[in-house]
Amino acid sequence: MVNVLLPVSTIWWREIVRFYRQRSRLFSAIAQPFVFWILIGSGLSASFKPSSISEQTGYIEYFYPGIVVLVLLFTAIFATISVVNERREGFLQGVLVAPVARWGIVLGQALGGTTLALLQGALLLFLAPLIGIRFGITSLVLTLGVMTLLAFGLTNLGLLIAWRMDSTQGFHAIMNLILIPIWLLSGAFFPSAEAPSWLAWIMKLNPLTYGLAALRRSLYFGTTTVTGDIPAWDFSLLIVTLFSILTYLGATFTATAKT
Amino acid sequence: MSKNTVTVENLTHHYGTRCALDNLSLTISRGEIFCLLGPNGSGKTTLFKILSTLMPLTSGSANILGFDLRIQAKAIRKLMGVVFQQPALDIKLTVRENLRHHGHLYGLNGKNLRCRISELLEKFGLDNRANDLVEKLSGGLQRRVEIAKAMLHSPYVLLLDEPSSGLDVGVRRQLNDYLKLLVETENILILLTTHLMDEADECTRVGILDSGKLVALGTPKELKTQIGGDVVLIECNNSETLSTALVSKFDVTPVLVEDRLCIECQNAHEFVRDVVAAFPDEIQAVRFGKPTLEDVFIKLTGNPFE
Repeated sequence: MVNVLLPVSTIWWREIVRFYRQRSRLFSAIAQPFVFWILIGSGLSASFKPSSISEQTGYIEYFYPGIVVLVLLFTAIFATISVVNERREGFLQGVLVAPVARWGIVLGQALGGTTLALLQGALLLFLAPLIGIRFGITSLVLTLGVMTLLAFGLTNLGLLIAWRMDSTQGFHAIMNLILIPIWLLSGAFFPSAEAPSWLAWIMKLNPLTYGLAALRRSLYFGTTTVTGDIPAWDFSLLIVTLFSILTYLGATFTATAKT
Repeated sequence: MSKNTVTVENLTHHYGTRCALDNLSLTISRGEIFCLLGPNGSGKTTLFKILSTLMPLTSGSANILGFDLRIQAKAIRKLMGVVFQQPALDIKLTVRENLRHHGHLYGLNGKNLRCRISELLEKFGLDNRANDLVEKLSGGLQRRVEIAKAMLHSPYVLLLDEPSSGLDVGVRRQLNDYLKLLVETENILILLTTHLMDEADECTRVGILDSGKLVALGTPKELKTQIGGDVVLIECNNSETLSTALVSKFDVTPVLVEDRLCIECQNAHEFVRDVVAAFPDEIQAVRFGKPTLEDVFIKLTGNPFE
């Protein structure tokens, strides 16, 4: 087992060190969602009063779990986009000719992205009490657990795309066309109850909807706060777990097929 | 298949309908620095990618130190060090961190790895830069780190794709000396690709590739003796008339390469004297000398190199 864990952990370690040494990346990954949250949250809070959300939950609070997911998504994207260039003319060439199974390479990269996403997501959790979300220890543990699963799934989704791409432009196109919309249509931005039925259906088929539901439910675990009409706790967890496993298998499959 | 050779047989590779490698066969032994020489697009990099296990072998066979490339890629990866044309170092890591990362990928760890890294840093004259970020190093030093990295797991085969690209002449010479030393001290097999004649001249044997075909194979000396005597290059106003005139007057066979005439002959100094005397107004410039690998390429393919 040591034989497999050594390459996986060294690939993981590199992702962390790189991130730490690229300060601009560190800054933008934290600042961007935060700016989104404050600007969009404040701008919409006056006009946005969906009937499915209780009066006591303002938009800033409604938007909060969505911002946590956005941080995870952005970190996952930035952690995986480098694969596109490094695979063709950079560091990964050397990794690919080493006697390491492709699933090990992908696992190391995915765990690296997950760690980074979690660290940044956790920073946001410190802000939760400021907007009136108070969680106990159970709630915190559950929230971190859901965030881990989600971060792992999103990083693998990023890897799945990045291993397929021949240019970073292509990756940006996919990001705007697929990744941002799946976030927008996950219930992060507006609840599906208010959406037209065709859109509500798309939201129901979007795996990230369940990620967001799981996150909302874990944040408010054990409280009486009404979270609105969102998918059930156990079903959401099941979907999030499946999403993580399937994206990992998909990323491994792509990496194997491409080399 | 021998444990000491890399053997390629009838290797053919297509990109769509374009043929990149055409029925290539080749045997290279340990202790050799083998050079694949060819212009851009001749198929060098394709062969490099197939041998380094980055691209699947589609037609033909390849055997590396007794292992079949088609089915034993993992075993082969352990025995092989690879240096890519594009840098494969992480510039945000230090020299030592890059080497350690590489060692871990090959299952080296702990004290063993530390000793091996120090040994290589010393051997490649990098010990005082070990803790610098790679981005702080000059191009020549980075190349050296690449080679140290490729040698870290003590491979028996070292593949290098255009190792001297982007390096100035002095550093290139140094690189060649390193490679020679490696072959002598470790009895490894080095296969490198290049489009530089002087680099090919330094190798044990040279294979000349043109449009996916191996058009010549031998030591640089053997290849050059294919050309009898000296080589004369004439730049002139009207190459076709001069060519006809030369054929009838001097009994030589000029080859037109771009707008210059290329002529093989014995005693070039006398020939040049006579030609210049006979056609004083036609000739703009004359160069003559011992044949180079470039002349061999021109003779074999009828095309200018590049």
